[in-house]
Amino acid sequence: MFVIDCPNCGARDQSEFTYAGEAHIARPTDSENMTDAEWAEFVFMRTNTKGLFAERWWHATGCRKFFNMLRNTATDEIHAVYRIGEKPPKVTADLPATPAGEASIGSGNDAVKIMTRDEEAAS
Amino acid sequence: MSQPYRIPGRGLINRDRSVSFTFDGREIPGYEGDTIASALLANGEIMVGRSFKYHRPRGIVGAGGDDPAAMVQIGSDPASTDPNVMVTTREIHAGLEARSQNCWPSLKHDVGVLNDVFMRFFPAGFYYKTFMGSDRFRWLNWMTFEPFIRRAAGLGKSPTKPDPDSYESVNRHCDVLVIGAGPAGLAAAANAARSGARVILVEETDRLGGSLNATDPDGTTIGGKAPADWIADQTAKLAEHPEVTVLTQTTAFGYYAMNFVGLIERVKDHLPEHRRDRRQPRQRVWRVRAKQVVLATGAIERPLVFNENDRPGIMLAGAVRTFLNRYGVLAGKRVLIFTNNDSAWQTAFDIRAAGGEVAGIVDLRRELNEAMALRALKAGIAVYPRTAIVGTHGRHRIDSAFVSSLDDNGNVRGSRSRIECDLIAVSGGWNPNVALFAQSRGKLKWDEELASFRPGLSWQQERSAGACNGTLELQEVLAEGSKAGLEAARAADFTVRAIRQPEVRTDAVETLNLVPVWQVPSGLPREKTKAFVDLQDDVKASDLQLATEEGYDSVEHTKRYTTQGMGTDQGKISNVNAFGIMAEARGITVPEVGTTTFRQPYRPVTIGALGGQHVGAHFMPRRGTPMHAWHLEQKAIFEPVGDWLRARAYPKPGESFHDAVQREAKAARTTAGILDATTLGKIDIRGKDARTFLNRVYTNAWSKLAPGRCRYGLMLGEDGMVSDDGVTACIADDHFHMTTTTGGAASVLQKLEDYLQTEWPDLDVWLTTVTEQWAVAAVCGPKAEEIVASVVEGIDLDPEEFPFMTWQDGTVGGIPVRVFRVSFTGETSYEINIPATYGRWLWEELIAAGKPHGLTPYGTEAMHLLRAEKGFIIVGQETDGTVTPGDLRMDWAVAKKKGDFIGKRSLSRSDTVRDDRKQLVGLLTVDGDHVPMEGAQIIGTPEEPAPPVPMLGHVTSAYFSPNLGRSIAMAMVKRGGQRMGETVWIARLGDKPVPAKIVHYDFLGDAVGEAA
Repeated sequence: MFVIDCPNCGARDQSEFTYAGEAHIARPTDSENMTDAEWAEFVFMRTNTKGLFAERWWHATGCRKFFNMLRNTATDEIHAVYRIGEKPPKVTADLPATPAGEASIGSGNDAVKIMTRDEEAAS
Repeated sequence: MSQPYRIPGRGLINRDRSVSFTFDGREIPGYEGDTIASALLANGEIMVGRSFKYHRPRGIVGAGGDDPAAMVQIGSDPASTDPNVMVTTREIHAGLEARSQNCWPSLKHDVGVLNDVFMRFFPAGFYYKTFMGSDRFRWLNWMTFEPFIRRAAGLGKSPTKPDPDSYESVNRHCDVLVIGAGPAGLAAAANAARSGARVILVEETDRLGGSLNATDPDGTTIGGKAPADWIADQTAKLAEHPEVTVLTQTTAFGYYAMNFVGLIERVKDHLPEHRRDRRQPRQRVWRVRAKQVVLATGAIERPLVFNENDRPGIMLAGAVRTFLNRYGVLAGKRVLIFTNNDSAWQTAFDIRAAGGEVAGIVDLRRELNEAMALRALKAGIAVYPRTAIVGTHGRHRIDSAFVSSLDDNGNVRGSRSRIECDLIAVSGGWNPNVALFAQSRGKLKWDEELASFRPGLSWQQERSAGACNGTLELQEVLAEGSKAGLEAARAADFTVRAIRQPEVRTDAVETLNLVPVWQVPSGLPREKTKAFVDLQDDVKASDLQLATEEGYDSVEHTKRYTTQGMGTDQGKISNVNAFGIMAEARGITVPEVGTTTFRQPYRPVTIGALGGQHVGAHFMPRRGTPMHAWHLEQKAIFEPVGDWLRARAYPKPGESFHDAVQREAKAARTTAGILDATTLGKIDIRGKDARTFLNRVYTNAWSKLAPGRCRYGLMLGEDGMVSDDGVTACIADDHFHMTTTTGGAASVLQKLEDYLQTEWPDLDVWLTTVTEQWAVAAVCGPKAEEIVASVVEGIDLDPEEFPFMTWQDGTVGGIPVRVFRVSFTGETSYEINIPATYGRWLWEELIAAGKPHGLTPYGTEAMHLLRAEKGFIIVGQETDGTVTPGDLRMDWAVAKKKGDFIGKRSLSRSDTVRDDRKQLVGLLTVDGDHVPMEGAQIIGTPEEPAPPVPMLGHVTSAYFSPNLGRSIAMAMVKRGGQRMGETVWIARLGDKPVPAKIVHYDFLGDAVGEAA
């Protein structure tokens, strides 16, 4: 269970929030001139990012406002929350090296359960 | 004296208070402070149960939460009996009733032991290979065997009656959570507490002190004090701080994201009946959000894996010490030590100091610590260096061990000799208890000296201290604990200064000098060696080796194939040994093999405790309308709709549900009916752009809806599928009252807020949910006008003055009401909205006024029936998220000329304009008495063809209509709109399909007459 820092209300338990899908997907204003494929891209297609992901949350039992979050889906680390209409801030995140890779720590997955030799040498 | 294994003067039990309990019906005497395990051992009982697969005798191996297999069933009440309780963790009390598990007819004569005789035929993957893969059994499938296999395996028996106990969960925030109250945890908590931080200290057992309770009280001092006095000092200091909470009998079972830790407190399990406070729950879950966590969870000793190492009487060396020093029980009369490290030698010294007999120390190592060897010599203990136990003897308890010396390559050399003993204290080293650290997603590090994993890199706000961090010397443990407490408090923004550490003096063995030996040689071929790794699941070293040979090289796959570590103990003492054996089999290192995943919960948690207060009526709180009590008084039948409980029908005494629905539906069309419509979702929409907003969220046009008028609206998703419907009234040009379906109220509000906030923030529109603010009574039928007129003031109900699809303000007894002349039945209908607190009063006014006119309350079932007669859809019944307005043949509700609205573009997608889509139609069965089943499939032939059967569609609603005197049904049928008058067949399971004619779904229109 996360603690989410609502831009309006501050840090609250995740149970107050509702997930609302990928962020920064603007509803097309000229849909009449779009092909079926283009429209389907908006309606149906979402990225399934492993790593830094901009997503929307709704503070359903708080201020009832939607807002954006930058979350590392590989580790569940929340890097930033920001308001609707704002651009995602630049953040430094420990990201998986490849689509099949892992963040260096935090996923609990097999590949990162045990320290590497390099990490041991550095620590 | 009974309790022949009790050592006078030793242990922390209260010898002034005798407590006895029963084990398999026999009375077992013990003392207050005993666990079931220590009391059993005091009486010479070491065998407790039988293993999972082979039904081999299983004894007590550990002294606490580490024990793998010594579990019992507590109590025999079918409601409260508690299976799989570890004897090492449950304190005894008067009236406690324990029984051995997984054995029949009795512990010592068990029929399932035949599995043991055939053990050679049950290697790793036996079930998969035999029942799923083998040609011999292909004619039978796995499902045939599974119930038999399940019955043969298995542990305790689940209760069969509802749980009579109560549970609760509480939420806590703290600055520093310290898990484990051994020396490191106590030092951490005491130092963090000095800062004024809010500290929670959690201890799994019934007393603070951890490993200090298991040390020889005469061998160690801390700051000049005996360990027990130091513990008492620390406890007293913690009690001085008001912000400190100390929880004993409490296990941290899960470390989740963002320092969220689950604790399970056993509040009453350990108490006798008369001391159980009725106001307290049986168990309590603490949901703790900690700023900082200190893990002080200690280390878990691992056994050595040697031939015939699973007999009762083979115990961890540390457990022998714990039973001796904490519980005053020496578990054997003649104890043989078997080890590959120094720590087990302490067990020999403690036994001698307590006056017990040591049969010898069998040590796998060649190089021995000289001082230690001298100490053994002085104590008169025989030492066998470079020697292994290669076998054991004894059926329900060992009576001897066979030892052989080893050559330079570690192989068995020469003959076996026999050493008589009734207890083998074994140690293969110590594994830092990293379960919670790993759950927190920290990275482990392989420690060569321990030959085990310990915490490496932290991921969350935690730090490990003491034995769980791989630190075993007491002075260091205290230093690490203190430092961890200080750092945690500072990281939580508190200020605290370090104080001088107490000096530790001890003659205890604190060195390890471990030489890892993952499997002790037996001198026998592999198939004849019974060297157990996992004592609960009966996994042998040879099973792991076989799995490796068969190609299992992932540790996670090997675990699942062999069931290593999959029991209730989750491999606490066995997993690292298993990894070592896998590594040897593959010729790689243990860290290269890796670890299995440490998952929550750390220890089994009662499902009742996780459910907490959320059981029965509290599982999902139900909402009732202001009129709810009236419905209850009328003994209505209720149904859940969304979060609400709605009256489904009001049967009169002796009347069946079906008859009640028929009567209610008939009355609504012949005299008058009244429905509690309060649950409809209501959203108040205000702002100068409200009209524009409605145009964008509904399919139809709202530009010209004048104040005082109402309109039905269809709402779509962007995929073009119907998601909600309802009537919206224009209150003023900048003010609308929207109604939604009962179940959709919350999701519609979320969706509207979403568009408003994220897509159209420029619109001046404000949404407020007012579902709870208005109570609604809907009166319909031929007498409705008369009834409403006698109650509502200030409105002329003449249809000329108050036409269909308009609303007006009025009053009832001076209370303002809004009356909507809308209809969900096809009858003249008035939906009277009144501030919610007047709901029941208004309802009773209407009931009284309607009595002379035959006004009949009707429930949701009659409501469904009435609307189906009129052909009105219910979103979620006729629709399922794949249905467009066109599919409903409601194109009239879609404005062609207005601008964009949600889902508009999707209505011209290639998929939504297909001409073979399913469309909504009415169905009239040829036999008008037959009511089809909702959901039944529709086919095009009188007989059901061979599968795959071509399906034309399905029945969405079906009722017997009292007003039409026959059955009616609505259905989604392929190209339904073009099939008017055609006959289709409704398939039935195990029965002949039923013919039905396709008609328009407005059954009150011409449909029925035309079909006749």
